[in-house]
This record gives sequence, C-alpha cells and structure tokens, in this order.
Amino acid sequence: MTTVREQTAPALQTLPGPRGLRARLARRRGQGDEPEQRRVLSSSDWRRPAVKWVWRAMHFLLLLLLLVCCVGPIFLLVKFAFTPTQDIQATPLKFFPNGWTLDNITMAWTRYRIGKYFLNTVWVALGSWFCQVLVATTGGYVLSVLRPRWAKALNWAVLTTLFVPAVVLLIPLYKIIVNPPIGDSLINNYFAVWLPAGASAFDVVLVARFFDSLPREVFEAARVDGAGPFRVFWSIVLPMSRPIIGVVSVFAVIASWKDFLWPFLVLQSDTVKPLSVYLQSMANVDKGTLMAALAISTSIPIVMFLLFQRMFLSGAGTGGAVKG
Amino acid sequence: MSTVAETVRPSPGPSPDREVPPGTRTPPGPARRTRSPRTWLQGGGLSSLLFALPLLLVFGIFSWWPIISAVVMSFQKTNLIDPAQWVGLDNFRAVISDPLMPRVVANTAWFALLALVLGYPVPLIGAVLMSELRRRRGLYSVLAYLPVVVPPVVAVLLWKFFYDPGPAGVFNTILGWVGIGPVGWLNSQTMAMPSLVLEATWAAAGGTVIIYLAALVAVPPELYDAAEVDGASVWGKIWHVTLPQLRGVLFITLILQIIGTAQVFLEPFLFTNGGPNHATETIMLRVYNLAFTTLGSNFGQATALSLLLAVFLAVLSIIYFRLTRSWSQS
Repeated sequence: MTTVREQTAPALQTLPGPRGLRARLARRRGQGDEPEQRRVLSSSDWRRPAVKWVWRAMHFLLLLLLLVCCVGPIFLLVKFAFTPTQDIQATPLKFFPNGWTLDNITMAWTRYRIGKYFLNTVWVALGSWFCQVLVATTGGYVLSVLRPRWAKALNWAVLTTLFVPAVVLLIPLYKIIVNPPIGDSLINNYFAVWLPAGASAFDVVLVARFFDSLPREVFEAARVDGAGPFRVFWSIVLPMSRPIIGVVSVFAVIASWKDFLWPFLVLQSDTVKPLSVYLQSMANVDKGTLMAALAISTSIPIVMFLLFQRMFLSGAGTGGAVKG
Repeated sequence: MSTVAETVRPSPGPSPDREVPPGTRTPPGPARRTRSPRTWLQGGGLSSLLFALPLLLVFGIFSWWPIISAVVMSFQKTNLIDPAQWVGLDNFRAVISDPLMPRVVANTAWFALLALVLGYPVPLIGAVLMSELRRRRGLYSVLAYLPVVVPPVVAVLLWKFFYDPGPAGVFNTILGWVGIGPVGWLNSQTMAMPSLVLEATWAAAGGTVIIYLAALVAVPPELYDAAEVDGASVWGKIWHVTLPQLRGVLFITLILQIIGTAQVFLEPFLFTNGGPNHATETIMLRVYNLAFTTLGSNFGQATALSLLLAVFLAVLSIIYFRLTRSWSQS
C-alpha cells in the first residue's frame, strides 16, 4: 500500500495521466482504503489544523449517524429475533433484560414454515433472473452485434418502454395474466412473475451498451474462422460479457427479492407465495415470531450485499436510479 | 417483422454463396441488391430474428401490448368477467368527479413534497462529506447502502412496530428520554404521512448517496485547483465548484424522485392502508382499490386514473427538462 500513500504527494498531483491510471488500479486493488483522488480538500487544506479537525469531527459524526440510523434498525431487528415477545413489547430498547431465546426462530421456521416461502422466493428469483438474462443478452446481441435493418426500430421500441411509468402497466398486465393469449390463466403460476420480469428495458439497454464496447475485431476474427452467429454468441460474446451479466444478475435477484405488489396480485396461493407476500399476511402474529421471520428474510439480501458490495455500489452508480 | 427485413436487407457481402454472418462491417457489395428471401436467409436474417425472438415475445406480450391495452381499457367498462363495453370518456369523468380525488391527489403531493424536503438534501450532504474521506470510504458507503437492501416489506413491518403509539413503542421510548410524550404516529391523521415518508427516506437515501458519490468522482480536479488559486475557501469550493458540477445529476435525481414518489404504493398500503380517515390514501392506492378491492373491481376507472397520472408525470418531466436544459448544460 505504499504506492497509495505516494499518490497523495503533491508532485504527483500535477501529472494528470498516470495519476488517474494509478488511482484506478489502486482502487481496484485496495478495498476501502481508496487513494486520494483530488477532491474539494487539497493536501494543503488538510494540513491546516482548523480544517482538519472540523472535517474529522464531521466525518466522525457522520459515522455515528450512519451507525445509529442505517445500522440501528437492522441491529434492533436482529436483537428482537432473539428476545422473548414480552420483552420486545414492554422494553424494546433494553438489551436482553430477561435473557435471550431461540423460540422465535424455531417458531418462525417450524410453525410458520418460513423455509418453504423462502424457497418460493428463491424460485421466483431464479426464474426472473433467467428470463432477464436471456432476453437482455439475446436482445442486446441483436441490437448491438447482429444489427439487422430493423434493429433501430426495435431499439426505439424498447427505449420507449423506459419512459412508461409502472402504474400504467399494472392493470393491463394483470388482465393478460388472467387471460393470456395462449393457455389458461397464469395466476398462481411462477411464469406470471418470470415473464414480465424479462421485459426490462433497462437490462436490455445496459447489456446492449456493454456489447457496443466489446472489440469488433474479435467477432470478425471468429467469423473469418467460420463461426456462425450462434457460435459467436455462445463462445465469444457471452464469456466476454461476464461482468455485465453479473450486474444484471445481482439486480434481477435483488429486485425479485424486494418485489411485493406484483407477486401479491398474481401469486396468492400458499404453494407459490414468495416470502414478501407471506410476511405481509403474518403482520398480526406474535411479535417475536414476526421479528424472527423478518430477520430471516433480511439475512440473504444482506449477506449477498456484503459479498458483492462492489457490484452493488458500482451498479447503483451507473443506473440504479433508473431502475428505482 | 420478417417482411420488413426481407425488403430492406442489403446484399450481404462480396460472396453471396457463402454464409456471411450478419452485421459484418464489410462495405456492402457492388450495387447489386437482390432482395429475395434467399439472400435474406443467407445474410443471417433468420438468425437475427431467432435471437430477437425472446425479446419480441416478452416485450410484445408483457410490455408493448399492455401499454396499448391500457389506453383501450380506459375507454371501456370492464371487470374481467363481463364482456368489455365502450363507454367513451365516462371513466375519466368518474375519476375526476370522484369526491375522494382531491384528497388523494393532495395526499400524494404532500408525500412527494415531504420526501423531497427530507430525502433530497440529506444524501447530498452525506455524499459530499463522504467523498472527502481519505480512508474507509468503502465502509461508509456500505453502511449508507445497507437499508436499501432490506426488503421493503420487512422494512415497513419493522418500522410499523417502531411506530407503536403506546409509551413503550421504540420511537416513543426514545422521545420519552427527552421528555416528549407519546406521539400517535400512524394513528394520528397529521403524523401518519410524515411517518411514512421517514421510513421511505430511510429505505431509499443510500441509493441516492451512491449516485452522488459516483458523480462527485467525475468532477474534474483541475477546477478545484483553479478555485484554490483564486483563493476560494473550502466552503467556497463546495458552493462554487462541487454543487454546480453536480447540477446535471441533481436535476435528474430530483425528477426521478418526484416520478417515484408520485407512484408510492407500498408504504401507504402496508402501514395504514390509506387510513386514518383517508389521510394517507395515495393515487396508486386508489388505483389499486378501484381495481382489486371487492367494492370497486372497476378496471376501466383504475386504468383511466393510472393513465392520467402517467400523462401528468410525462408533461411534468417535459416541462422540467425544458426549464432545466439551459442550466444543466454549459
């Protein structure tokens, strides 16, 4: 990490090119200890004691606030999961006044069978993930690499849907699920969630833009060697686009984990109901059990987030806003 | 679709007999354009179509068709059981003359306004502070983003417990420490909406912080150097360099937040189901009630209302982008 420290040396600050490159490399190497890219405060600012202490204090305050406001509620949730119901209700902020218990967890798991609904959510997420990746990669391949004459019209048609707010789709989509063009009603069928999830213009645009950035020469070379469009897609484009597929996957899984209204409308039977819909119906059970159920269903997304932080945080920067 | 491709597809390349993959950037062959199905096939038209098939089917059935059908349904009386009847503008008339409508619109506007006041400056201040960190910026962003990954239903049910109106409720206990006495939170007509907004802000602010952090990295450092040469103080640099440079992102997040909050559903539905006394019933909840609760089951009116909201948001965004175009570019 010595190079990282060197970076802040004023002499290097004047060289824009290599500094940027090194900063980027170092950022990739080190996790949290990011080398200082020049921001508002310069090194000379940092040397002034007044500025230094004011900003240090503000940073410390911010850390406290983040711990209390962002982590606090989640910490309380975990604590509630192991606290007897009476204590949760009478003294929610006391730290295990009468000891802790595993009853809530076992109750949620065995009597309310959280595990089963957990599995349903996994199915919902997996299918939505597959649908989104399939549509986004094949669609992106057509729009960016194959580029038939009608690609422009198609691109335009996909882009327009980005500007249609979700409200408009709700009821007509429900009508289509109840009376699909082929076959019987899809209510209580996972396909009712999987297929509409695939119609994500955001994913298609993201993947197509990534494909645009792949070097064309590789495709040309493969074609010269006699690879057809399917071969190029499977053996060249897909392996090269692992990063973007990762981003799309994380978003897809998280989105289906969070989704409530749509599964609530179309997956109502107990055999297919995902966790989010089930939790809503649990709202009035014993508080301890409810808190345990909530804690269990939060654990997976949080573990996923901590494992794939980089993907989440960079993905949110690129376009999380559009996805909402 | 295929006919369009057949007619406009140019001759694929220099050797028409060999299968030439589509999209090859070789200059189109000499002015020979035989637009027969055979050349289209050889030019890879079929494989393009096959690759586009998942997108065409999924978007066609679950995106493009519903959009069209939303417009159609708003002119019909339909409830999924009886055959649909054309009723002209009746749905729109019914929606506008609905006695609850002013209340619902005002509630939604109130939610959006509170969410702006609460949720707009906080992530910005946080992000500006965080971007000045020399160490452990990763830790700060992880902490800030943590609430975003909590499933919304979990967050709402958890906060619903926090908002327990009794003196032993979590928030009332905390307020009790400083001698403020139990607040009704979700049971009080005036406090219910701010309570919803507080939770919504908690759940969303982290995402905005990350967007601002990404935008802050893109501010050219030379500008700060230049400001320093001109003798700008730290606050001067933030005010005259950072904020103006963030303009574009700030404008976008503002309109996206308005579009998002105008469609708020989950919080009012799960926290209060529109109560107490319709104090938190928003437009989306009204759409839901019109369409899916037993007394309504009126898909036509619900679609009409959702279309009105969508058109309003579209007009708002157009006006907004017109107004801010001159400021956000320079």
